[in-house]
Amino acid sequence: MTDTTHTAPRTALVELSDVSKHYGNVRALEGVSLQVHAGEITCVLGDNGAGKSTLIKIIAGLHQHDGGTLAVEGEETRLANPRDALDRGIATVYQDLAVVPLMPVWRNFFLGSEPRKGAGPFKRLDVEYMRRTTHAELLRMGIDLRDVDQPIGTLSGGERQCVAIARAVHFGAKVLILDEPTAALGVKQSGVVLKYVAAARDQGLGVVLITHNPHHAYLVGDRFVLLKRGTMVGSYERADITLDELTGQMAGGEELDDLRHELERG
Amino acid sequence: MSTAADERLLHTSPLRKLLGRPELGSVVGAIAVFVFFAFAADSFLRASSLSTVLYASSTIGIMAVPVALLMIGGEFDLSAGVMVTSSALISSMFSYQMTANVWVGVGVSLLATLAIGAFNGFVLTRTKLPSFIVTLGTYLMLTGANLGVTKLIDGTVSTKTIADMEGFPSARKVFASTVTVGGVDFKITILWWLALVAVASWILLRTRAGNWIFAVGGNKDAARAVGVPVTRTRIGLYMGVAFGAWIAGQHLLFSYDAVQSGEGVGNELIYIIAAVIGGCLITGGYGSAVGSAVGALIFGMTSKGIVFAEWNPDWFKFFLGAMLLLATLLNAWVRKRAEATK
Repeated sequence: MTDTTHTAPRTALVELSDVSKHYGNVRALEGVSLQVHAGEITCVLGDNGAGKSTLIKIIAGLHQHDGGTLAVEGEETRLANPRDALDRGIATVYQDLAVVPLMPVWRNFFLGSEPRKGAGPFKRLDVEYMRRTTHAELLRMGIDLRDVDQPIGTLSGGERQCVAIARAVHFGAKVLILDEPTAALGVKQSGVVLKYVAAARDQGLGVVLITHNPHHAYLVGDRFVLLKRGTMVGSYERADITLDELTGQMAGGEELDDLRHELERG
Repeated sequence: MSTAADERLLHTSPLRKLLGRPELGSVVGAIAVFVFFAFAADSFLRASSLSTVLYASSTIGIMAVPVALLMIGGEFDLSAGVMVTSSALISSMFSYQMTANVWVGVGVSLLATLAIGAFNGFVLTRTKLPSFIVTLGTYLMLTGANLGVTKLIDGTVSTKTIADMEGFPSARKVFASTVTVGGVDFKITILWWLALVAVASWILLRTRAGNWIFAVGGNKDAARAVGVPVTRTRIGLYMGVAFGAWIAGQHLLFSYDAVQSGEGVGNELIYIIAAVIGGCLITGGYGSAVGSAVGALIFGMTSKGIVFAEWNPDWFKFFLGAMLLLATLLNAWVRKRAEATK
């Protein structure tokens, strides 16, 4: 198997090799490779339209790749749907559609994987356990909710991201995909979310962090994959690149120079 | 009740909790309507009047419950009104034409009506067209087929009587009998209605399917992304409406012994109005079965109260429209509170 980053002796949790995806005659993704290891954060960087969304949709099971291979814990596979990905321990936290705003926090927390008790027609939600667990899991992530019955829409954007992350951790996710978790947030809230991302990593999860902010990426990232117009333009380990180089690569060094030139005052 | 609550919650007053309930507006409205007619019409407070009001409420309420669930799930069903008539027609015609025990017709009608519901759901989820268009289509098709097939087979717009057929007395007992409690006659539809409200509330609040219904109506994409079977849930909701139509349809048939094939048109809006007055958001994701029952009760009290007060029944629609507007305004306010971020 091709390994564009440095060869690692252990099996990656998720490994993409030369993956491509077409929508009709539009090339959305071409020749992208990346690895996700336990206890590491792989950052996927790119501008709008670089193919970041397509990439996560493939890993999350929403879309299927057309070319290349996708391996989960060494086993080559094709994820049929989000449920399939979840069953293999891949959980995704989307930027906008992480939660159902009008539903209480505890219902959101267990949505799609509700614990039940009782038998036959009287099989019912274990409401008390759900409430208790939600409160405890959020507390573990450092969020002390006053009322798990409040609609999740009443929480701040950062808190909602954290609920979604806590949910993924609770359900035994091995791989956590985060789609632009800091994009819509202020500086302070972004810091809070990045702290939870690091917390998830420290619990042994492999994290894929999608972002267009190299500063946020460099704060927590172990590996960096750069996308541009659907192709991979770079793949680095942390030791091989500095923040300035990353920022430069990201903006397209020459383009940035041109821009600087244009904007210079006479 | 909540073990997850902490000490800060002690200061949340019960009033605030009450304000968060979806059926709050409708309960206030129902009390207002009740008090109003208690003064306006002398005969309104009699036990027999109460029974009449409850009967009128139950015939709407039986359908308002599954329609409310469907609306919480984010969709409409404009075919719900005529589907009741279709269900009655299928039952009566099958029994008559096959000279079968009426219970066979009742069973065939159940399957056929559920199939119509499943068709609505299937077309909706498959084509991704708005439910307004899909069910408007089935509404028109059923309206036409009800009349067309009846005329084709029976020559007139009503079916032949099945009163002398085998099984009729027992079927009438189940779907259209009268129960006397304390000297007052109550229609059995009231029991069906209460049972449906209880079962629907159980499903909504205490089962996995209920969680899915709220999620599908509140944010379909988020629900799908966390593994909720969105398609199955939506088809199930349409089949729920069909099940309600079956009960209401059998009541329609067994109250008499024949069915007028042109009935049911326009009722679909009354079901939706009852659900909306009861706190269901027109955009989905919020509402309750109990609320739909209170909405149906307001409908029953208003329609019969106007008769008891000996007013021109034309005012009924004006009244209902005003209730609908007020209820929707209140709902909008509730939603804003619930969705307010930061």
